[in-house]
Amino acid sequence: MTLLHWAVLSPFLLAILIPFLYRYARAVHTGWFVMILPAVLFIYFLTFLPVTSGGSVVEQTVPWVPSLGINFTVYVDGLSLLFALLISGIGALVVLYSIFYLSKKTERLNNFYVYLLMFMGAMFGVVLSDNLIVLYVFWELTSLASALLISYWYHREKSTYGAQKSMLITVFGGFAMLGGFILLYVMTGTFSIRGIIEQVDVVAASPLFLPAMLLVLLGAFTKSAQFPFHIWLPDAMEAPTPVSAYLHSATMVKAGIYLVARLTPVFGGSAEWFWILSSFGIVTLVWGSISAVRQKDLKGILAFSTVSQLGLIMTLLGLGSASLAFGFGEDTMLYSAATLAAIFHLINHATFKGSLFMAAGIVDHETGTRDIRKLGGLMSIMPITFTVSLIGTAAMAGLPPFNGFLSKEMFFTGVLNAMSFEGFNMQTLGLLFPVFAWIASVFTFLYCLIMFFKTFTGDFKPENYDKHVHEAPAGMLISPVVLASLVIIFGLFPNLLAYSVIEPAMASILPNLLAEGETFYVNIYHWHGFNTELFMTLGVVAFGSLLYVNMNKWSAMKVYMKERDPLNGLYDNSLDWLIVGSQGVTRVQMTGLLRDYFAYMLAFMMLLFIYSFMRYDAFAIDLENVAPISWYMWILTGIFIATTVVIPFINKRITAIIVVGVIGFLLALFFVIFRAPDLALTQLLVETVMVVLFLLVFYHLPELRKESFKPAFKVTNAIIAVTVGTVVTLIAFSAHAMRHQNGFEAISQFFIDNSYELAGGLNMVNVILVDFRGLDTLLEVLVLAVAALGVITMIKLKMTGREDV
Amino acid sequence: MKTNNVMLHTVTKIAAFIILTFSVFLFFAGHNNPGGGFIGGLMTASALLLLYVSYDIKSIRKAIPFNYVHIIAAGMLIAIVTGIVGMFIGDPFLTQYFDYFDLPILGETELTTALPFDLGIYMVVVGIALVIILTIGEDT
Repeated sequence: MTLLHWAVLSPFLLAILIPFLYRYARAVHTGWFVMILPAVLFIYFLTFLPVTSGGSVVEQTVPWVPSLGINFTVYVDGLSLLFALLISGIGALVVLYSIFYLSKKTERLNNFYVYLLMFMGAMFGVVLSDNLIVLYVFWELTSLASALLISYWYHREKSTYGAQKSMLITVFGGFAMLGGFILLYVMTGTFSIRGIIEQVDVVAASPLFLPAMLLVLLGAFTKSAQFPFHIWLPDAMEAPTPVSAYLHSATMVKAGIYLVARLTPVFGGSAEWFWILSSFGIVTLVWGSISAVRQKDLKGILAFSTVSQLGLIMTLLGLGSASLAFGFGEDTMLYSAATLAAIFHLINHATFKGSLFMAAGIVDHETGTRDIRKLGGLMSIMPITFTVSLIGTAAMAGLPPFNGFLSKEMFFTGVLNAMSFEGFNMQTLGLLFPVFAWIASVFTFLYCLIMFFKTFTGDFKPENYDKHVHEAPAGMLISPVVLASLVIIFGLFPNLLAYSVIEPAMASILPNLLAEGETFYVNIYHWHGFNTELFMTLGVVAFGSLLYVNMNKWSAMKVYMKERDPLNGLYDNSLDWLIVGSQGVTRVQMTGLLRDYFAYMLAFMMLLFIYSFMRYDAFAIDLENVAPISWYMWILTGIFIATTVVIPFINKRITAIIVVGVIGFLLALFFVIFRAPDLALTQLLVETVMVVLFLLVFYHLPELRKESFKPAFKVTNAIIAVTVGTVVTLIAFSAHAMRHQNGFEAISQFFIDNSYELAGGLNMVNVILVDFRGLDTLLEVLVLAVAALGVITMIKLKMTGREDV
Repeated sequence: MKTNNVMLHTVTKIAAFIILTFSVFLFFAGHNNPGGGFIGGLMTASALLLLYVSYDIKSIRKAIPFNYVHIIAAGMLIAIVTGIVGMFIGDPFLTQYFDYFDLPILGETELTTALPFDLGIYMVVVGIALVIILTIGEDT
């Protein structure tokens, strides 16, 4: 265990201590204890910056299940360091914010911080582990912690609904992803991501390439809320706002992005990967931005906005993966520009979305509502929140001089470059990318305007609010202000990030792209001259503003009034169908009638037997080895059959008992004929005792009812009975024939030869029973003894006043 | 109406002894002829059942004061102990031994550990047959 391992596990260790801190240090808000950890971790991870920007990596391994190739390998390169910094940095800010957001007096802080730390540790594990199984374990832990945090106010119905939904969707994806990981293991024989990347050729040539890719993508798409799995994210907004800011904007939803970026060297370069990523991403982008416009709730807008921005990043990763197909060359930068934009926007999105969520939380906390139809005129009352929101929304809308502008320009560059890709049909279809991107940007600009102006401008109406509205306490403002300053700093000095973070991250996403000794050279600057991207941005601003100004004209449209995503209906209905369907199946199948269950069992067995008869051609009849049948056997068999056939037609119980007894005595006669005196004696005595028993309980039994069944039921029963009889007979015939055909010898000769020699007895049956196979006898007597005890228990120790035990 | 079962009682007294004797014969004959613990036990049980049927349960219980559950337990114990004995000298569980001895009255006789094993089975079978039937019979 190295320091790195302890760093990953430290949140879990602290989580163990939290309940004690909460219990015994009530005077201090528990969050203060928590906050130290991510802050320290942030500084710790900063020390890796020089290492990764130098192009080297850190790898530490601790064996976990070495026999299965599962090792807890912590692997730090540019990409994982970027995520680790985001998680720890924003984590510290979110904890600080939550200290002021959640009241010490009314909230169960121990639960909150335990879940939050659990999440944080799981997230570190996801981004820092090199082993796919370990990654999966931490991945599911993030789902679990997320569901716990969403249902933090578990007495609210919506919270539990949201938690269940996110759990179902993300765990569904998680399982699919596990399947993909296992396929990768099957192909390469290792769970190590780096090991797999070294064997890219094997993976690409394998027929399992496509299934593995689809399964992994399913995991990434569900986690990162890509269309059509994005529906859990808006419902996850029932979580406390610090949780929304942390999990559902900056970290967890980017786990899918991380996975895609991490596995780009494995799958990237193939047309499927390119098309799935970029098309799902762009659809998510457009869908999310249009849906966000319809929202009336601040957090709802932000949720859909997150969905759409995640789609943007996913598109860029898809477009960037094309560079792997074309390899290193003159226009490497043409293709990989999209990857650069993806990484840069990832960072930017985490900063501005975090600050916007926190600002929305402040508005909610101080006014008591998040509904944009009620809010208004908060500009002069909450000046700092206003400023933070202004910076955040401007960055989100993509306005200079904030970082969002830069990444949006780079996004446009990426999609425009896509048009000039050679291959993948991009010459024709590629045109769709800039068009969709531009439409989505217009809507993004529009919802930014709506969110910002509806909240802060207009008239202040005190009657809309339950509380006395005032600016938030200073502590609550620290985190959003820090994030907003980052937005400006990254906007003004983007190259701070370029050399230290983005270049190493690009190197880990596209590791084999560059020739030996080359490094990515990233230089981000504001002014590109009058190019297409700039005109597109100007168009976005113009059209967005136009739409906003004319809002009262289209806001009465039906589409605008519908807040819920239509896909929710599909989800809810399919859950309902699932329940109704399984109930229906259970109702049909579990009738509670024993005779139905017998019918199922027999029918199934018969199908199985008949199938194996046909499948293995097992039917055989061989009458050569049959012993001669004497006349008295014919007579006995005739009586036997006649007696058996009579049974189903008997109406009186006493008759039935006696006829069954007759069959027993006939059986004893058979034993006599086939020269089994011990069996005959036993059969006679047992049958006698059985009849006595039947007659004893007969007294308590009701009269045999003449039940009237439907003809169909009778026919079914008859068919099953006849089939069972026939099949068993056929099995007996075949077994007999096979035995002779295959020359199996009976082992009875051994007993005949040795019963006197070895066991000193002439009665071979008895010698087998007590000597050769004495254990069977011992256990059979035990069975009898248990049966006797059972009878005593049932009759003497009757439970009273209880239906069943 | 009070009935008098003197015929039944008289026949039972004689028949029960004959059946019991036969059952003991079956039990001992088991190793070399048809018979054995199971059949012998069932036969004994039917002799006793005959007694229970012709007399009432109370008086037979006075005459044969056994708790049959104990007999089951004792039978199981005997059978298992017979099996374990062999393990002390290093043989597998349930190894049976036999040898021939010259006994005072019987002359040369074969004695085998299968006999106590069979005795255990005999006792269990007698016990369970009577336990089951008496338990059900007493429950009215």
